[in-house]
Amino acid sequence: MKVNVKHIAKLANLPLSPSEEKKFEKQLSDILSYVEKLNEVDTKNVKETSQVTGLKNVTRDDVSFPSLSQKEALANSKSKQNGLFKVKAVFEK
Amino acid sequence: MKLNELTITEAREGLKNKEFNAVELTTACLKRIEQVDKKINAFVTVAKEKALEQAKKADNALASQGETWRANPLLGIPIAVKDNFNTRGIRTTAGSRVLEDYIPPFDATVVKKLKDAGAVIIGKTNLDAWAHGSSGENSDFGPTKNPWNIEYVPGGSSSGSASAVASDMCLAATGTDTGGSVRTPASFCNLVGLKPTYGRVSRYGIIAMASSLDSIGHLTRTVEDSALLLNSTAGNDSLDATSSRAKVPNYTMNIAKGITGLRIGVLKQFFNKGIDAESARLYKNAADTLRDLGADIVDCVSFFSDYAISCYYIIQPSEVSSNLARYDGIRYGSARKNFGDEAKRRIMLGTYTLSAGYYDAYYKKAMQVRTIIKNDFENHIMKRLKLDAIVSPVSPTPPWKLGEKIDDPLKMYLSDIFTVPANLAGIPGLSVPVGFTNTGLPVGMQIMGLQFSEETLFQIGHAYEQATEWYKRKPKI
Repeated sequence: MKVNVKHIAKLANLPLSPSEEKKFEKQLSDILSYVEKLNEVDTKNVKETSQVTGLKNVTRDDVSFPSLSQKEALANSKSKQNGLFKVKAVFEK
Repeated sequence: MKLNELTITEAREGLKNKEFNAVELTTACLKRIEQVDKKINAFVTVAKEKALEQAKKADNALASQGETWRANPLLGIPIAVKDNFNTRGIRTTAGSRVLEDYIPPFDATVVKKLKDAGAVIIGKTNLDAWAHGSSGENSDFGPTKNPWNIEYVPGGSSSGSASAVASDMCLAATGTDTGGSVRTPASFCNLVGLKPTYGRVSRYGIIAMASSLDSIGHLTRTVEDSALLLNSTAGNDSLDATSSRAKVPNYTMNIAKGITGLRIGVLKQFFNKGIDAESARLYKNAADTLRDLGADIVDCVSFFSDYAISCYYIIQPSEVSSNLARYDGIRYGSARKNFGDEAKRRIMLGTYTLSAGYYDAYYKKAMQVRTIIKNDFENHIMKRLKLDAIVSPVSPTPPWKLGEKIDDPLKMYLSDIFTVPANLAGIPGLSVPVGFTNTGLPVGMQIMGLQFSEETLFQIGHAYEQATEWYKRKPKI
């Protein structure tokens, strides 16, 4: 099975070199072929398990408490300005 | 015996009786790190000054006895923390270049709990980057070596935690177990490794790998130490919506109860096939010991169908691809091109299985198979056979040589065959040592039970451990 690695890498926002694309294409194809084993299992009328706790509607009281200071929140960013995270423009002029 | 070689139980006694103090205990561990960590590479960051400060504080508290111990059960005990736990003011890398210089502004809930219990956080341990791995070889900071033979892997992804405890650099270490990452390294390093029930221990502040599978555990020398630690880490957390409100018992209280009459399922099919011959021999001996200790050994069928790995390696990468989307270099960390190969593989795998047109065939299907695996364990095996627990091997082979499986990702994934089912079902698993191969490599077995049955697992593990005392052996480094 052929995996469109270029497309997947774009969706995943992962820059890949052409040689990486080739390497990963084979590895991903091998892995996906293996996991397709699951098609052998009869899952008719079987409900999905997305979490094993059985918990529903977990809430806490709407009481605020101290979080991070602006300084702390910005401390690990390499690109900041005026107490804000500075990022590339999303909309072009 | 050197102070850094003590169990937590022994260290607490020694501190209480003033045979030594907390600063001496922490200093012994730091000396050991200086002595052997160049060879082992268990630590990414050693927090020397902070640790000695905490030890001094512990000594001040120890001056007032009685109440102190009740409120601070881990007072003065040097513990290492896996480097995917956020630790305030201490660099946290997740084993990846992407977070090479990230210094968290907050503590994970478990870190806070350990500190509140008086523990000394001695440093951050090495791991497969993002916890993606079963051997410790996927770290961007170099592989960790197995102290029992430095040409061999210590297991992963909690590789540094295992090697640190096994080589006496600390008395215990935390870990995470998403598909075996506490149990495998524990079994490869002659340690006790606990994967608690999903939701038993808060995941808040721990760098998420696969949110429906991640379990927060720890590695110790003895079963009693493991139970002691769980007393401090377990419990509901309002910051983790998946954490359980189930009462936290005192896990050490009935630990020496004994196992007479307990019904333990043993997968006898693994006595002579499906796993390496030496592992099979040790596993069978362990089952015999359990019988000699009074348990009813019940033959049961495996719920480790061939499908567990496929199921896991769809669900896990899917959740990984989502959880690692936040590493975009904006608020913290560096660019996504700095992800290692394994991280890239898993992100892409998950992106594919969740993408339009493929979601039903892969992720949805895997979630359905997960239901079957969970029901299989709970109803078809545990309830139908009226079992208190089941035991199984942890790894199909003893530890392998560094580099042996690194070129074949799928081969590496298949080594998780015995460990992933517990994560899929959300049940607890306790790995205990069962001996050594002819070449001196450790082998373990795991004890599993229904959700929230950790007390029973500890009782079985403790009984077996006291009868065999594998933990008394030390590696020659």
